[in-house]
Amino acid sequence: MYVTSKEVITAMKARTLGRHFRESLKSLGRNGWMTFASASAVTVTLILVGVFFVIMMNLNKVATTIEEDVEIRVHIDVAANEQDQEVLRQKIEGIPEVKTVEYSTKEKELDNLIDSLGEEGEAFKLFEQDNPLNDVFIVKTKNPTDTMKAAKQIEKMEYAAKVKYGQGQVEKLFNFINAGRNVGLVLIIGLLFTAMFLISNTIKITIMSRRKEIEIMRLVGATNSFIRWPFFLEGLWLGLLGSIIPIALVSTAYYYAYDYLAPKLEGHFIELLKFSPFVYQISGLLILMGALIGVWGSLMSVRKFLKV
Amino acid sequence: MIEMKDVYKRYPNGVTAASGIDIHIKQGEFVYVVGPSGAGKSTFIKMMYREEKPSSGTITIDGVNLATLRNAKVPLMRRKIGVVFQDFKLLPTLTVYENVAFALEVIEEHPKNIKKQVMETLELVGLKHKARMLPTELSGGEQQRVSIARSIVNSPKVVIADEPTGNLDPDTSWEIMNIFDEINTRGTTVVMATHNKEIVNTIKHRVIAIEGGRIVRDEQRGDYGYES
Repeated sequence: MYVTSKEVITAMKARTLGRHFRESLKSLGRNGWMTFASASAVTVTLILVGVFFVIMMNLNKVATTIEEDVEIRVHIDVAANEQDQEVLRQKIEGIPEVKTVEYSTKEKELDNLIDSLGEEGEAFKLFEQDNPLNDVFIVKTKNPTDTMKAAKQIEKMEYAAKVKYGQGQVEKLFNFINAGRNVGLVLIIGLLFTAMFLISNTIKITIMSRRKEIEIMRLVGATNSFIRWPFFLEGLWLGLLGSIIPIALVSTAYYYAYDYLAPKLEGHFIELLKFSPFVYQISGLLILMGALIGVWGSLMSVRKFLKV
Repeated sequence: MIEMKDVYKRYPNGVTAASGIDIHIKQGEFVYVVGPSGAGKSTFIKMMYREEKPSSGTITIDGVNLATLRNAKVPLMRRKIGVVFQDFKLLPTLTVYENVAFALEVIEEHPKNIKKQVMETLELVGLKHKARMLPTELSGGEQQRVSIARSIVNSPKVVIADEPTGNLDPDTSWEIMNIFDEINTRGTTVVMATHNKEIVNTIKHRVIAIEGGRIVRDEQRGDYGYES
């Protein structure tokens, strides 16, 4: 019977890994209260992050919807014949930032105007015989924030009588949305740092009570990675344990919030993120973050005991 | 076996705990390290299992220079050395058996060998019948015997003991000394820092006296030489 040295090593690793799993789980039970404290720290943080994230993502969605409504309306000079119009269209399409160019006849524009004004619009029906409006190109840019840039270029083109995109307001809107996004990002990063600090401190206390164990391990010649493994796993369990309640809470809350808010907001053309993919994404994110901060906190705390 | 050449150790706070130590300890020797408190005994001992690194000079154990040994290699070096302390350093939640087996488990020894080696070692220190008890259920002398068992279960070439009888009454101290003598007779090098005058003067071995970080005396079959 031949057993190569490599096989022996693999067999040993599997056994060692089993030991690490056992040790890490035992330690959770042995340090009952500290386990509870650490997992609670993760829980509280993840609830904050989760709720905040749900709000941020929905606001972002609303912002994106609003941004996408921004369009450039290029009023075509009445003097332009069909060929001139075609040249203008090609020139607009030639701008790299431009995504789509749609053509809308002046008849259609008048219909839209009449529709949008409701009963008062009836008065404009008089103009159907002699339409004073222009034909229009409706231009959308690939990135809504490029609207201003594209509009400026179109303004200079021949037969572009007027270029309108809600000058002034659009710039303000974009600034506002950008500021909102940045503030949100900063807050989330801040929350994460607070969480990691909180957790690494809590875990540090569990480890303090076990420095004797670490000391003896080092003394009898356990390698640093061997010592680190159970703590790594313990941090992982803590993070996973701590993410259960936040996930349940955020999912349930979102389910009801969506039911309650979605119909009310629909009238304002505001759409929330759908429960189905969004809650699973958030849950995945919370599990991942729980695991990461648990592991990170644990390894940070054990590190200082491993200096030779 | 153990060789120190021109070893200096200065701590960042300015204290010089070793200045120009030269020593050679052969395989199988039994050496007492004596000297007043704060003379540098502990530093001397700690440098041997590389808890402290020398500021300059070389320390060679079994052919390995500890002064230049990379941190990652320290665990492997430690497996050749057993260390015993005054305060036993046992894990209170583990039984006697588990405390000794711990030393083998964490160096990934095969489970088949662990049981055999642990039981043999417990027999050597006379605690086989108490294998399933917790350290708190044992006397101080018995706890120290568990700690000795843990230090030698891996059959190291050297056992380093820092005041192993410091917390024990005289009768128990003699029992502990008998175990160290037994270990030494089996060929293991023993280096022991101690304040126990009677033991040093009765069980005669080589004595190294340290004062102010220097070796002031090195005698085969020496005396303690201080008033205790």
